[in-house]
Amino acid sequence: MRMSRRPGVLASAAIVVLVILVALIGPLIAPHNPLLINQNAVNQGSSATYLLGTDEFGRDILSRLLYGIRPTIAVAALSTLIAAIGGTALGIVGAYGRPAIAAFVMRVVDIMLSFPPILLALLAVGFWQSGIASLSVVIGLIFIPHFARVAQSATLQVIRQEYVEAEHAMGARAMRVVGRAILPNILSPLVVQATLTIAAAILLESGLSFLGLGIIPPDPSWGQMIGTARGYLNQNPMYVVWPSLCLALTVLAINILGDALRDHLDPRLRQE
Amino acid sequence: MPAQEMLSIANLSVAFRTESGLRPVINDVSLALASGEILGLVGESGSGKTLMSLAAMGLLPHNAVVTGGRVTFAGQDLLTASPATLRALRGKRISMIFQDPMASLDPVFTCGDQIIEAIRLHERVSASQARARALELLETVHIADPARCMRAYPHELSGGQCQRVMIAMAVACKPDVIIADEPTTALDVTVQKQVLLLLRSLNREIGAAILLITHDLGVIYEVADRVAVIYKGDLMEQGSTADIFATPQSPYTRALIASMPAMSAPGTRLPVITRDESGELRSQVLPAPVVTATSAERAAPPPQAEPLLRLEKLTKSYRIRDSIFSAPREFRAVNEVSLAIPARTTLGLVGESGCGKSTLSRLVMRLIEPDSGDIMFDGQNLARLDHEEMRAARRDFSLVFQNPYGSLNPRQTVADLVAAPIDIHEAGSNRAATVARLLDAVGLPRTAMTKYPHEFSGGQRQRIVIARALAVRPRLLICDEAVSALDVSVQAQVLNLLQDLQTEFDLTYLFISHDMSVVRHVSDSIAVMQKGRIVEYGPAGEVFDNPQNPYTKTLLSAVPHIGAAAGG
Repeated sequence: MRMSRRPGVLASAAIVVLVILVALIGPLIAPHNPLLINQNAVNQGSSATYLLGTDEFGRDILSRLLYGIRPTIAVAALSTLIAAIGGTALGIVGAYGRPAIAAFVMRVVDIMLSFPPILLALLAVGFWQSGIASLSVVIGLIFIPHFARVAQSATLQVIRQEYVEAEHAMGARAMRVVGRAILPNILSPLVVQATLTIAAAILLESGLSFLGLGIIPPDPSWGQMIGTARGYLNQNPMYVVWPSLCLALTVLAINILGDALRDHLDPRLRQE
Repeated sequence: MPAQEMLSIANLSVAFRTESGLRPVINDVSLALASGEILGLVGESGSGKTLMSLAAMGLLPHNAVVTGGRVTFAGQDLLTASPATLRALRGKRISMIFQDPMASLDPVFTCGDQIIEAIRLHERVSASQARARALELLETVHIADPARCMRAYPHELSGGQCQRVMIAMAVACKPDVIIADEPTTALDVTVQKQVLLLLRSLNREIGAAILLITHDLGVIYEVADRVAVIYKGDLMEQGSTADIFATPQSPYTRALIASMPAMSAPGTRLPVITRDESGELRSQVLPAPVVTATSAERAAPPPQAEPLLRLEKLTKSYRIRDSIFSAPREFRAVNEVSLAIPARTTLGLVGESGCGKSTLSRLVMRLIEPDSGDIMFDGQNLARLDHEEMRAARRDFSLVFQNPYGSLNPRQTVADLVAAPIDIHEAGSNRAATVARLLDAVGLPRTAMTKYPHEFSGGQRQRIVIARALAVRPRLLICDEAVSALDVSVQAQVLNLLQDLQTEFDLTYLFISHDMSVVRHVSDSIAVMQKGRIVEYGPAGEVFDNPQNPYTKTLLSAVPHIGAAAGG
């Protein structure tokens, strides 16, 4: 297997595995209660008791990171999944469907694009209570038009190819053409889009949590921690560094893995 | 004319850097190009001929390594020259003409501006002087309405006109050497003829040496003074054009000339290039694979038989606008075409690009909906079928496409590709066995099943396409330029294969091509198409030997011919 000879890919895989592992067992290895307030140790730097220091309420940053990984990863993965499936379906219909339906679908996508994300989030929170599920749906909805656009332009290219005409000439039904000819061949840009979306979803989650529309304090999430830490840059500069570092490493690892996955999925690149 | 050596390639060896070390692609090739001559470099795809031309321009790709030899131009070794030196030479003293004129011109600048830029890159002249020169150059290349062409964008011109613009750019600074890489391959025969004549006359006029790289022996025969034949990176032989065609020395050259369809009697099996036990190349007519007696007996068509396919006044028009303000006007791509193909025969359809022959092939299968007319297939009018009936009816037809690189889904294995019609029409019954049998029929190993299309050469891919086309035993095979993208020797193999399969599978062919010699070779009857209409239609021999229509005559006279001397 060629992938094993690429140290960057290997390291990225290790980071992603670690992140998933921590998401599963994080509460077991956390040294402190992430919600426990200690008024005597506010905004401290690293120490033996608090390995990564404490936040504005004297809560242990390491423990909060370990707990915060769950909502962060859950929202990122769920919302990307929703956006990828919904957006790809709309994009393929928008390119390959009957002209009238395709035009209608793409106009709907345009309308979705024109809604400000925060407004959508407010609407959604008005209907459901805030939490991981509603946050994922909202962020997923926000990213659907992006996927739809990518999928549509890729599909428009693919359906001009002769192998799609060949499927029609053989008498293939539309579902077969989509499943066999279109989907596998538009996968590359979609995988890239997905890795970008995971990163963007984590950041959007932080923004929405900051406004109280997502993960509600005191429960931690990485994005929300970054949002809060911005206010304490002078008192405790490392406060913002730790969650940002975790986030950056995770996003980078996912992006590198996404690239490797894209190459691996393409039989033409796999051989070389 | 006193010949002076302009460009000399001495003992050039080039290798590609790969994971498993160096892979040689050019082995110890020496060529010399003298002023005022046209040297034809012939080779099939993968022979290293394009790499040779890139080496001559100092444009070798990064993964290519020169392992020996020199390329000398005007006393300088181009392989070791600095980028600045090379830039000064390129365009000014050595210029290049590429295969695809549409792709080589920048679509966002007018043709005039591009010629002006080519001039001003190398000469200090004012914009207005350069403009005058550009206009002059366009007149030199005999373009119709040079003033309009100056203002036109590349997409507004035809392929032939674009290639003339490219040639005008190439000769703009009166270079000493012009390298033309397949300059006419993308053009129609009649346009090819004009472009070749233009190259020839420019060569006389400005005295530049031309290195003409092509896979087409006919083109070489028409214009080249000398020929060099290259095969898998080795120079097989070089000599004057007359000598090479009359008495080819190397077995490869002999075999290559023999595999051209024009060299064999129509309908016979074409000789193919084989290697015997000692590794020697030779030309050989291989016998057809054994055909079962029953299908051989059926092979002779009863003459009074009802035609398998009959087209009645088939018409398709598009509405196009000349500009965004003008009212749309009707453009008839296919205009009242009536044809009939008797069962188990081959109808050849010839015409130049844009004549509507591909539209016609799509109309027959209703991949494009006809405006009016009937498509009678075995007593059933396809034009009247509804969507689902038509889908089911498609099992009786197959389409073999021009480009074996584009018509196979790169994400599917050969087994899945070939079995696609079985999955669609027979729910995948007996899939593996049928695929194995089909691969045998088209001469591919069974190990091919688990591989992907990119692991095969062009000829092999076309075999995969043909295997797929035969999967559910169709009755009509539409071959749209099915061999046009293939090398002559591979083309010979595929044409033989199509012939064998016609007997074995009882097939009727609609064979569409722009290549007159291929059509003559395979067809029982021929239809000539021009601007959406059939202008001549009759038995193959009559159309070729006694053409009635002036357009047919033009087409036939434009085909590059290899003289009778080469017939032996």
